Amino acid sequence: MTDHAPTIPRLPPLLGQAMRPLPLLPLTVTLSALSRRLAKRHPGMFRRLGEHGNKRFALDPTDLPMVFLMDLRGGRVRLSAHRKAPAAEARIAGPIAAFLGMMHGAYDGDALFFSRDLVVEGDTSAVLALRNAIDDAELDLTEELADLAGPMAGFLRAAVAQAEKQSGVVLHRVDTLAGGWA
Amino acid sequence: MMELVCPAGTPAAMRAAVEAGAHAVYCGFADETNARNFPGLNFSTEEMASGIAGAHARGAKVLVALNTFPRAGGEELWHRRLADAEAAGADAVILADMGLLAHAAEHHPRMRRHLSVQAAAANPDAINFYAEAFGVQRVVLPRVLTVDEIAAINREIDVETEVFVFGGLCVMAEGRCSLSSYATGKSPNMNGVCSPASHVAYAEEGQDLAARLGGFTIHRTPKNQPAPYPTLCKGCFSSGDQTGHVFEDPVSLDAKHLIPALAKAGVTALKIEGRQRSRAYVGEVVRTFRAAVEAVAAGRPMPEGALARLSEGQAATAGAYAKTWR
Amino acid sequence: MDLTVGPNQFFWTAAQVRDFYESVAKAPVARVVLGELICSKRMSFWTDQIPGAVEVLQRAGKDVAISTLALITLKRERKQTADLLDMGLPIEVNDISALQQIPAGTPFWVGPLVNVYNEGTLRWLAKRGATRICLPPEMPLASIATMVKAGAEVGVAVEVWGHGRLPLAISGRCYHARLHDRAKDNCQFVCGEDADGREVDTLDGQPFLAVNGVQTLSASTACMAWHTEALAAAGVASLRLSPQTGHFADLCQGYADRIAGQISAGDLVAQLLPEAPGGRFSDGFLMGPSGADWSHPIEAA
Repeated sequence: MTDHAPTIPRLPPLLGQAMRPLPLLPLTVTLSALSRRLAKRHPGMFRRLGEHGNKRFALDPTDLPMVFLMDLRGGRVRLSAHRKAPAAEARIAGPIAAFLGMMHGAYDGDALFFSRDLVVEGDTSAVLALRNAIDDAELDLTEELADLAGPMAGFLRAAVAQAEKQSGVVLHRVDTLAGGWA
Repeated sequence: MMELVCPAGTPAAMRAAVEAGAHAVYCGFADETNARNFPGLNFSTEEMASGIAGAHARGAKVLVALNTFPRAGGEELWHRRLADAEAAGADAVILADMGLLAHAAEHHPRMRRHLSVQAAAANPDAINFYAEAFGVQRVVLPRVLTVDEIAAINREIDVETEVFVFGGLCVMAEGRCSLSSYATGKSPNMNGVCSPASHVAYAEEGQDLAARLGGFTIHRTPKNQPAPYPTLCKGCFSSGDQTGHVFEDPVSLDAKHLIPALAKAGVTALKIEGRQRSRAYVGEVVRTFRAAVEAVAAGRPMPEGALARLSEGQAATAGAYAKTWR
Repeated sequence: MDLTVGPNQFFWTAAQVRDFYESVAKAPVARVVLGELICSKRMSFWTDQIPGAVEVLQRAGKDVAISTLALITLKRERKQTADLLDMGLPIEVNDISALQQIPAGTPFWVGPLVNVYNEGTLRWLAKRGATRICLPPEMPLASIATMVKAGAEVGVAVEVWGHGRLPLAISGRCYHARLHDRAKDNCQFVCGEDADGREVDTLDGQPFLAVNGVQTLSASTACMAWHTEALAAAGVASLRLSPQTGHFADLCQGYADRIAGQISAGDLVAQLLPEAPGGRFSDGFLMGPSGADWSHPIEAA
C-alpha cells in the first residue's frame, strides 16, 4: 500500500542554481517585515510554543540554495536567510514545497516525516511544538504577503497563482472554512 | 448512522474535523490531564469554550478527554479540569481513573461520562463494573478485541461502545503499559505522553538513520526508507537469533472495511486516532470515514480510496479485529 | 515493613512450582500471592499444585491470597475468575473486572497491575473492600508516601514492588508465539522455555526488555536494596518480591536481613546480582530519571 506516497514537488535544480548568486539581503528584509507581521497577527501561535518559544529553528529547503533561521529568542521573531546552516536548537530539512504545503494545510507533517520528505534533527520537542503551533495558526502566506505589498497586492496574488500553477508548490491556504468560526 | 468521533489536537484541527463531517470531536486541555500532552498541542480554557460553541453551532458534539491517572497529591488539577469541561459545555468527558470517575459522578452528575480506552475495559464484567459503579454511558473498547468478541460484549452490556477504526495502534492493553516510563521516565498514565519527543534523538550513522528513545535504539532504517517515529512497541529489536519487530510492525490501524461488521456487532461510535496529527490529516481522514459511514447507513458499497500515505510505515492493518493478529 | 511474595509471572512446570513454594514456606516472608497471572492457557499444566502449595504455606504461618489473571477477555477466563472465589482465600485483583465477581463487603487485595495512582482511587477501592494495595511499579517515592498516608486513613496497607523483573505491559498478542512464528492459538507453550522471560535487546545489543507470553517485562531486575530505609520511613507496609528461578529463598532472607539492618545495601546487591535475570539491576522508577536507571551503577560493573 505504499504506492500512494505523496509526491512533493521539488524545484528544478536549474532554478536553485539560478538563485545562488542572488543577494540575500532583500529577502531578509522581506522576511523581517513578514515576521513582525506574523508576531502581531498570530500571538496565539507563539503562546502555543510555550517553553519552546525561546529557541532557534533552522529551516532548510533542500531545493533552494539557502537556509532560513527562525530565531525566537528574547520574546521576538526574527526570520533571516543564510548561505550556510546557522546555529539552531532544531533543524528541519526538506523540499520548500513540503514546508509551504504543511503550513497551508495541504500536507500532514507526520506523513512527510514517515515518507522521509522531511528530516528533523536536534530538539524534536521544539519541532513538534512549532509544527503544531503553525498548523493551528491557519496561515496563508499569499495573503500575508499581499497585505505587506499594499497597492501591489493584486499583482502579487496573480504572480503567486502563476508560480503555484507552474511549480506545484502550495502557496496559499487550501482548507479555508465555511466561515463564522470564532 | 454510526457516530464518527474525530480527533482535535488544536482549535484548527477541531474546525477541520467539523467541516469534514465529524459527528463529534474529542480533545483535551493543554496539560497532563489528557493522554496527548504533547508540545504545542491542546486547548486553553478559553479555546475549549469557544471551540465547543463553534462545534455546537454546526451540530457537532465535543468530548473532553481527561484520561490520565491523576497524580497522588495532585488530583485537584484534574478536578478543576472536570469543572472547566462542564462550564465550557462539553457533551461528555472521557475518563479512565476510578477516583476521577467517582469524583465526576458525585460532583458533575449531569455530565455524560465515557470510559476511556486507557481504562482498558476488555470484557463485559469490566464494562458492567464501570457502568454500575460510576454511571459510565459509553465505553471506548481497547484495541485487543476481535469483531466477534465485540459483538459478544455488546450482547452482555447496556452501555454504548465506541471502537477505533483508524490511526495509531497500541499493541499493549492501553493504560496498562509503562514501557515509555521505563525508557524515559514519562508515561501515558502519569504524564499523558508515550515515547515523548523530548527523549527522542536521531543520528545518521553510516548508511543508517538511528532513532533512539531515552538512549535505547528503537530503529535503524536505511536511508530513503520510511522512517517510523521511535514508538517503543513498534521498534526493531533482537531476541535470540531473531531480529525484527518483536511487538508490532510500524503500521497503523485501518478498519474501514470492517465498518459494516462493526455496525452489525452493535457498535455505536467509530473513533479516529490522531490528536497529534495536523489539520490536513484530520480533514482527509474524517471526510473519507464520513463517506464510509454514510454508505454503510444507506446500504451502499464502501467507497474506495486509500489513506495509506497518512499512516505510519505507510502501511495499515486491521489489527486485533482479525484474530490472526494475536 | 515485611515481605510479600507476588504471583509467579512465568510458566514453570508443576514440579518447579511445588519445589518453589516448599522453599518459600521456609523463607522469612509474611505473605504469598499465588495463581496464574499471565495466561489462562498455562493453567491446566500447574494450577492443580495450588491447593497443596496453599496448605504448605498456611502451615508455615503465611498469609495466602490467590491472584486473578492480569487480562481477562474470554468467557472461560471470566468463569475461572469466579471460581477463584470458591477457594475461600482473599483474592488479589489484577484485572479490575474481577470486582464484578467479588460480593460487596468481601475484603480483597489489589495487585500492581491495577491502576491505583491516587488517593481518590485508593479511597474508592477501600470503600469497596480493599485491604491491601500493591502500587503500580512506575510510581515515584513521593507519590508512594502520599498513598501510604491515604491508605492509613482508610485501613489499607500499601505495598510496593521490591524485587524482580518489572511487569511493564500486557497485551492480547503473545510475543513468545510471535517470536516462534506461531499464532497464539497454536503457541505450543513456548513461553515455558524461558523460565525468567526471553530477553529482547536493542539493535545495538543493549539489553532492554523481556517477553513472557502476552507480557512484556524489563530486561533488568528491579531491586530496592538501596531504598529499604526510605520506603520503611514512608510507611510502606510490605515489599513485593517477584518469583525468579535463582535461589529465591536466599533472596527473601537477604531482604529480611536488609530490613532488619543486618546487612548493607551494597552487600545485598553483591549477593543478589549473580542470580538476577538479565544480570543488571534497576531502581529508577522510585527516584528517576527513568525506570531502567540504577542508582548505584558502580556495583553493577
